Amino acid sequence: MYQGIRIAGFGGQGVVSAGILLAQAGVENKLNASWLPSYGPEMRGGTANCSVVVSDGEVYTPIVSAPQTVIVMNEPSLPKFEPMLKKGGLLILNSSLINSRPTRTDIKTVCVPCNEIAQKLGMDRIANLVALGAFVKLTGAVTLESVADAMKKVYKRAKPEMLELNKKALKAGFDAVE
Amino acid sequence: MTQKTLRKGNEALAEGAIRAGVRFFAGYPITPQNEVPEYMSAHIADAGGAFVQAESEVAAINMVYGAAATGTRSMTSSSSPGVSLKQEGITYLASADLPCLIVNVMRGGPGLGSISGAQGDYFQATRGGGNGDYHVIVLAPNSVEELGNFPKLAFDLAEKYRMPAMILADGILGQMMESMAFNFDPVDPNKLGKFDWAVDIHKNGRGKRNVFSYKGDNLIADVVDRAKRYGLVEETEQRFEERNCEDADVILVAYGLSSRACLEAVNHAKEQGLKVGLFRPITLWPFPSKRLAQLTDKAKGILVVEQSLGQLVQDVKLAVGDKTPVGLNAYPAGGQPDGAQILTAARSLLSGGKEGLFSLQEHAKGFTYDCRRDLALGVQGDNKGANK
Repeated sequence: MYQGIRIAGFGGQGVVSAGILLAQAGVENKLNASWLPSYGPEMRGGTANCSVVVSDGEVYTPIVSAPQTVIVMNEPSLPKFEPMLKKGGLLILNSSLINSRPTRTDIKTVCVPCNEIAQKLGMDRIANLVALGAFVKLTGAVTLESVADAMKKVYKRAKPEMLELNKKALKAGFDAVE
Repeated sequence: MTQKTLRKGNEALAEGAIRAGVRFFAGYPITPQNEVPEYMSAHIADAGGAFVQAESEVAAINMVYGAAATGTRSMTSSSSPGVSLKQEGITYLASADLPCLIVNVMRGGPGLGSISGAQGDYFQATRGGGNGDYHVIVLAPNSVEELGNFPKLAFDLAEKYRMPAMILADGILGQMMESMAFNFDPVDPNKLGKFDWAVDIHKNGRGKRNVFSYKGDNLIADVVDRAKRYGLVEETEQRFEERNCEDADVILVAYGLSSRACLEAVNHAKEQGLKVGLFRPITLWPFPSKRLAQLTDKAKGILVVEQSLGQLVQDVKLAVGDKTPVGLNAYPAGGQPDGAQILTAARSLLSGGKEGLFSLQEHAKGFTYDCRRDLALGVQGDNKGANK
């Protein structure tokens, strides 16, 4: 299993922290994992993004230039990251904030209304975790429990009720996709 | 197996340095290595050490100079332009025969450059960026795990040969997080043997000691004498990693982050029926030329992959000589090496093509330049490097 993932959205949507969480979940699953924030020249252009690799073998480069999976959380990220996807790759698209649809036909696209689901749980900010829950279901790269365990390590100062809400968002995303 | 933890490269480096017994750190902020002093400022005091945010890079390296003279495991870290400023201090440390650790988390250059990860300081690190005949031991980690474990190795070597050591990393290694484990038990510096040269506390009737950077009477003898230790280092400390090199048609040579992109290329080459291996220098000085020279007898070509414009390739050519064609796949000034591009270059090298290969001669073909004219160079840079 080798999953190279790009997660992209506006700064503040939690795409960078969702990436750390995913990498930590990989470690919880005894996988090798790497995380790299958008950095250098890529940072210009209004979108934040990060690269994550989880692998049961060696992690090659942490720079994911041809991802197996892309999670796009906002409109400008779609045209930027859709072309990068590997043939047959998976695109998780936040349909709450993205009206366009991908033009490629050689990829699998799953639309998840992340913000709507998050709002129903009472907090718009946890849309990133809804997307991550969907990712877990669709790829099976890490387990849902491991992401919940990872939260305790990554969000060290989070209040217990916030962690509970985060877990609900993960589960809601998991249940929102087939 | 030790459970691995997820750590940021710069933080793994700082934690690894404390575990290696570093008890003095001086530095001055610069991206992309800021997490190193940040971590040190929070944790080195708990280990009984001292952290100083100096007023400049020059001050920081000279504080290390003083602390190293006492035999304390001392270090500084910075990024490319900051390391340029430290060169005077480094050459003095070398002339005073003092072990210490200098970390360069490289960024784009020359000059102020950019904050992107890069490898443009290879010459500076391996040729001596300061004046005079001297060397520093240069270690090139390619993972967060090595970033965490190399401070220990650096001090063991630096103290053994009484010379400064450098860890040459880059912005991406420093900024990335990765699962890693430390491969050594924490060092208690109080249990390390004392040096007979250190200007530590003058007691128990020991004689007077001085540390000199200039001994005044016979410089030639000093320099020639020191070179014996350099020879010993070259003879015994060449370190490298090799993958699938024995039966490779093309051997990739790369260090640090570039070597990670090469791993991807090696893996994909297998799927495509190409025989590609990877030779990764871990010590850049001493350069592992002995083994590389052996390996290249059978290979049809050597492809150097570097995030600079033809620096590492010079050491490779020195090691290989005329035996095997050497090509260059270059990503200078913050470009990011890419597995697919590397394979394209490897194919070109085998077929005599040009795609993916860089050479100054080819690059300048048809180019004319009038220094008195306001000349629009018209070259558009991109993130993918300099290759055709």
